Formats: sequence, C-alpha cells, structure tokens
Amino acid sequence: MSAVDTKQLSEFKQDAEAWFRENTPREVDFLLPLTFMEVGTDQQFDFLRDWQRKVYEAGYLGAHWPKEFGGGGLDRAFQDVATKIMAAERTPLMLNAIGLNWTGPLLLDRGSKEEKQKYIQGILSAENIWCQGFSEPDHGSDLGNAQTRAVRDGDEYVINGSKIWTTQGNYADYMILLARTNPEAESKYKGLSFFLSPMKGKGIDTVPIRKLTGEYGFTQTFFEDARIPASCLMGAEGEGWLIAMQTLEYERGARSGQAGGHVMMLADPGDILELARHAHINGKPAIEDPSIREELVELMTEARSLGLNSRRDKIQPLAQDRPMSLALGSKLASTDFYQRLNAFAIAMQGTRGAYYVDDPQAHDNGIWQRGYLNSFSATIGGGTSQIQRNIIGEHVLGLPKG
Amino acid sequence: MSAFINPSIAPSIGLSEEQAQLIDIAQSFCRDKSPIDQVRHLLADETGFDPKIWQEIADLGWLGIGVPEEFGGIGLGLGEVVPIVEQMGRTLMTLPFVSTVLAAQAILIGGTPEQKQKFLPALASGTAASLALCENNADWDLENISCTAVKTEQGLVLSGNKYLVTDAPLAELFIVSVLHDGKPSLVVVPRTALADTAMTREKVIDDTRRSYAINLDGVCLEDDAVMDIDKASEALAHIELAASLLLAAEMCGGAYSVIDYTLDYLKTRKQFGKLIGSYQSLKHTMVDAHMGYERARSHLYSAAFLFAQQGEGEIAVRMAKAEANEAFSFAADRAIQFHGGFGFTYDCDAQLYRRRAIWCSALHGDARYHRRKLADLML
Repeated sequence: MSAVDTKQLSEFKQDAEAWFRENTPREVDFLLPLTFMEVGTDQQFDFLRDWQRKVYEAGYLGAHWPKEFGGGGLDRAFQDVATKIMAAERTPLMLNAIGLNWTGPLLLDRGSKEEKQKYIQGILSAENIWCQGFSEPDHGSDLGNAQTRAVRDGDEYVINGSKIWTTQGNYADYMILLARTNPEAESKYKGLSFFLSPMKGKGIDTVPIRKLTGEYGFTQTFFEDARIPASCLMGAEGEGWLIAMQTLEYERGARSGQAGGHVMMLADPGDILELARHAHINGKPAIEDPSIREELVELMTEARSLGLNSRRDKIQPLAQDRPMSLALGSKLASTDFYQRLNAFAIAMQGTRGAYYVDDPQAHDNGIWQRGYLNSFSATIGGGTSQIQRNIIGEHVLGLPKG
Repeated sequence: MSAFINPSIAPSIGLSEEQAQLIDIAQSFCRDKSPIDQVRHLLADETGFDPKIWQEIADLGWLGIGVPEEFGGIGLGLGEVVPIVEQMGRTLMTLPFVSTVLAAQAILIGGTPEQKQKFLPALASGTAASLALCENNADWDLENISCTAVKTEQGLVLSGNKYLVTDAPLAELFIVSVLHDGKPSLVVVPRTALADTAMTREKVIDDTRRSYAINLDGVCLEDDAVMDIDKASEALAHIELAASLLLAAEMCGGAYSVIDYTLDYLKTRKQFGKLIGSYQSLKHTMVDAHMGYERARSHLYSAAFLFAQQGEGEIAVRMAKAEANEAFSFAADRAIQFHGGFGFTYDCDAQLYRRRAIWCSALHGDARYHRRKLADLML
C-alpha cells in the first residue's frame, strides 16, 4: 500500500464520487435485477450491459487490471475505492459477473498472453458475456463427476452433454466449461479438462429455466456434437479439476483478483431497520415488539461479523490459528445469513407477509419475498451450504472425509 | 460473491503491534504454565492458582498494561489486555488477573486523585484485588444496590452482603458498591478491614474459580474510602463494559480450545468402523461451532479496537459479549455430547469448559441482556 500515491487516490475518489452521483441511473420503469443471477429479460440485459460499459469506459471497472489487456493499470486500492462507491450509491450491478469475478482473474493468473489479449477487454466492456459450465443435471454439487464429453478430433474438440444452472446462458458469448477428455483416467478428477468455449455455434443450445420465483435468469445448456477449436483448451488436458478449483476459490472469495464492481445489490441491516419501522405486526410498528427487537439485534450483530471476518482475515496474527478458515467460511456465513434476513423480513410484516411482487399491498413491492426465494440460488449454487460445511470441516478443521 | 455486506459500512477492527506481540508471548506463556494436568491439579487447591505464576505475571508487567505511566503502569489500553485474557481462556488458566485489572480500571475512572496515587502503582505491580458488586437480587444492573455506607462518628460504616467476590482471601483490596446518601457509590475496602469470618466460600459451577460471599456488616472505614461520588455511575458503567470485554476474551479462548479438544476426539474415536468425525451430523455441527467462534473472535477484536470510543465502543463490547456467550456455550455443550459416555464423566475436559461458559455468561450479562441493551442503543 505504501506505493500508492495518496493524493492521486483521493483525487480519484472525488472524481469517482462525482461521476457516480452524476451518472447513476435513478428512475427505471422496470424491475432492476438485484443480483447477476436474476437477469431474465432483454430489457434488463441491454440496460445492464450499457451501464457496465459506461462504468468501464469511465475507468471504474478493472482499474487495477493490466493496461496492456484493457485494464486501468492502477493499484488495487483505486478499484477498491470505486467498488465501495458503487455499493454505497447502490448503482445498478455489473452484469458480466462470471467474466469479471472468475474468468478474468483466472486468465490473468494462469492464462496465456494470447488468451488475455483475446478476452480481458471484452469481459470489462461487457462486449463478451461469460457463463459458467460446471454443474450438470445429475451432478449438482459433485463437480468431479462431470460427464460432459470433449473428444479431440484434429484441430477441434467435439462436445456432447449438458450443463445446468448456466447464469445468463442465453446471452453468453463464452463459457468456462469443465468437460471430460479422458473417461479412463486413473481418477475421475484427472479425466477432466477446462475450456474457454464459444457459446454461439452449431450444436450448442440453451433452454431458459423458470426459477421458483416464476422468473428467468438461468438456462440449461445442451451440447450436441458441438465443435469448438482445440485452442479453446486452457492449460493441458487433465488439468480441468485443478483450474476449476481455482475458479471456485474466486467464487467463494478465497482468492482475490476480481475486476471490482458489485454483482449483488443485497439488503443490508439499514434496509431491514427501515422495514421494521414501517411494517406493522400485532397492531404496532414491528420495531416496538420486544422479540422482534432482539432478533433484529441478533441479525445486525451477525451482519457486522461478516464485514469484520473479512477484515480480520487480512490481519495475519488474528487469522493464523486455522489457515483459510475465514476465507472458506465466508460463502457459507454470508449466504445463510442473507437467507435468514429475508425470511425474518417477511415474518415482520404481519398479514402483509402474504403478498408478492407487484401487489399494491406488498411491502417494498415484495422485494423481501422475492429476495428470500432467490436467496436459495446462493445457498445451493457454487456448492450447497451442506457441501460448504464438508469443505470447512475437512479442510479447515481437518476432520476425516465421509 | 462474498461481498454480501456493503464494505463501506463495515465497522472497524485492527491490531496494534503490542497486541500482536502479546498474542505470541501470552500464547507460549499460558501453554507452558497451564497445561491441563496443572489445571486439574489446582481444582483441589484451596486458592485455585499458583502464586509463582502470579508473581511472574506481575514481573512481566501485564498487570500494569491498562494503567497510565504516571501511576506506574505501561499506559496502553484494555485492548492490549484482551490477547492475554484470551490465551488464559484457552488454557483455562485461573488467576486474580481480571479482577485486579478491573479494580485498577474502577479506580482509574472513579477514584479520587489520592486513591489513584495510593492504589494504582500497587495494583500495577502485583497486589491482588477483587470487586464486590453482586448482591442477592441476581441483577446484572450494577446500580441495583442495597448494601449501604453510612457516615458516623466512628467513620464510614458498611452493611449488607455481597456475593460472587472472586479470590477474596487473596485480594488485598476490594472495590465495593454501596448506597451512600441514597446514591450508588464505590468504596475501596482494604482486606484488613474485613474479619476472616466475614468471608464464606461459595460453591460455584466453575470448579476452577474461587468465589466468596462477604458480609459487610460493621465494616468501618476512613471517610476517604469513598470514591469520587460524581463519577460513580460512570465508573460502574465502565466496569460493566471492561468486565464484559475481558469475559468475552476469556470465552473466545475457551471456545477455541474446547473445539480443538473435541476435534481431537472426533479424529481418533471410531464407531461402526469409521472415525466419528467423518459423520456429517458431527462434522457439520463442529463447523457451526467453529463459525460461531470465528464470529465471536471478530467481534472481540473489534471491541478491543473500539473500546475507548464513546458509543461505538459500548455497541462493540456488548456484541462481543453476546456472541462469545453463545459461541462458547454451544461449542462446550456439543463437546460434552460428542464425547459420548466419556463426555458424561468428570475426567472429560468438556465439562470444565461448559461449566466455565455458564459462569462467564452468568456474570455481567448473558446474550439476551446485552441484546436488549443493544436494541436501545441501535434501534
């Protein structure tokens, strides 16, 4: 940090604050997605793509990524400042989440120069939307068992199989794809390879999945004799599991390097306090009910611990007893918390808890009801909370595998 | 994906160089001086601690950490005491350390200039002290007092009973809360003012502790035993927060160790042909206990960092105490259960931790108490 020019940083901060105040769209006449997993209409998609490009062109996305590939070439501190401002201003989210948060840092860390040149700028500008092809219909949390086949044929690989829960699959230009190149490998993990696969092409089809909310945002992706260039292979054949695990570390927040910007606009304790003041239960504002007050404090305490945990993780003497504990625990802690927060918000609303999005009687137009249902995408996706407990139990606490 | 909480509103946590060093020093000191067989040996000891270790701690200067230099201390804050108490908690080390530190804090905040001059240098260098605040009303509110101090021709005469006074026979002075002219006040009572018969050992749930009831009837003091009347409420509030912070530290330490102790068992004990730690019902519960501990520890070091700040300090401390109560209680409760039949025996250390968790929660407020206070502060 000592290398950062503090004067330059504070000027950057002032400029960014002014820019976001000026440019953040305030009134839109359609429902804005609160997370990158809720982009279900063309209108939402086009709006968010334009917004991301605008932010990038203003210099507030990937400000710390290398200049030669399209980043801003600044210190990480600059992007952190911009990201904080975006969250505080509650700007619309960054659309190209998989690209910005997982593919981008992965490529910058272990991609070839050609790969970086080809993909990084398009990730930042949202010109190339990325999706992730890890989970399969029959192997949700058991990624190592992926059965989608990739067979080398001359200069191409022929892909057959199906991926599920492809976020923005119908809009994506590229997929990070985990596929089996060697079914006879000595272990199921060693038979896997990692591809930077195009999504537009013969034999690749996406079918939107209707979520429990009734909305869209994910697809199932089908590969039927789809041919992709052999150059799409990342690393060597058989390295797929290794690369996929690294990708998941970005997803779980255990590794840094993300382009910045927020991809979730989730409720914070301030919102739920606001709700508690307005919602009525048993004839009184919820905030006057003693049991609600106690639970509110509990949730606010827990919310604070999420921020504290991630800060403490950077203070080495306070994070060394069980290495990786705080990083590996953050997904479990935050997604479970967010789910309970939304459920509690509904429970504070008395009879109004029964309403849903777009009913005039619904509190805050039903965002808590919808938020609760959508929250399962985070407690199930990216490794369920139960799998997270296995990971933490085994890797942090050293308990034996089952 | 992990950025669920707006980073711009995240509260503060930090670690001073001194704290970082103290973590290391205290860790090896406590491990060295308080192995579990020593803890068990002291269970049957009348005083419950080893005077040699008390002297070593005094020599290390730990008793003077929170005492300003002008009174013979080191002049750091209570935040620097936290790592020490945390490590003592990890090894179940018991000493009149916390009570002596708290007595010094009480005098520092609520004492007269003469009392500070007279008592702080002694407390900073190894004179043990204790606090007599609790009465038989079971109340955590330190201002709910019925013991009295009345001015008479003979001097200041006390009456009433105090309970849960730790390490009373070894304390050379006591900070005692009384009603004086109808108002909550603190007085400094030297050990010499108490008859031996005034102290009765109490049977408390934590077998590592020594706790006493004290009968104050007829105790007669000089008039200058009364602490600054105008600062009594401030001093009592400060004692509650300082005690809560240090209890949270002790509990975080205990939670860490009881989890560690249980993990060892789950990694070696086999049932139905498998290590029991491979069963998810146990594994997942241990993860929940561990995550609760991590939460509590983050709050602890945030509270240590913010302690001196008006308002924010109180919020952080109450959160830390509430979280530590729950984390330690849950981890120790499951520790007994997961040790199976062995867990039901006195030989299993899980009970030592569980009893201590109950003791620590019962003093200076359980989680519900602190949340109620937080609700009034935050909502």
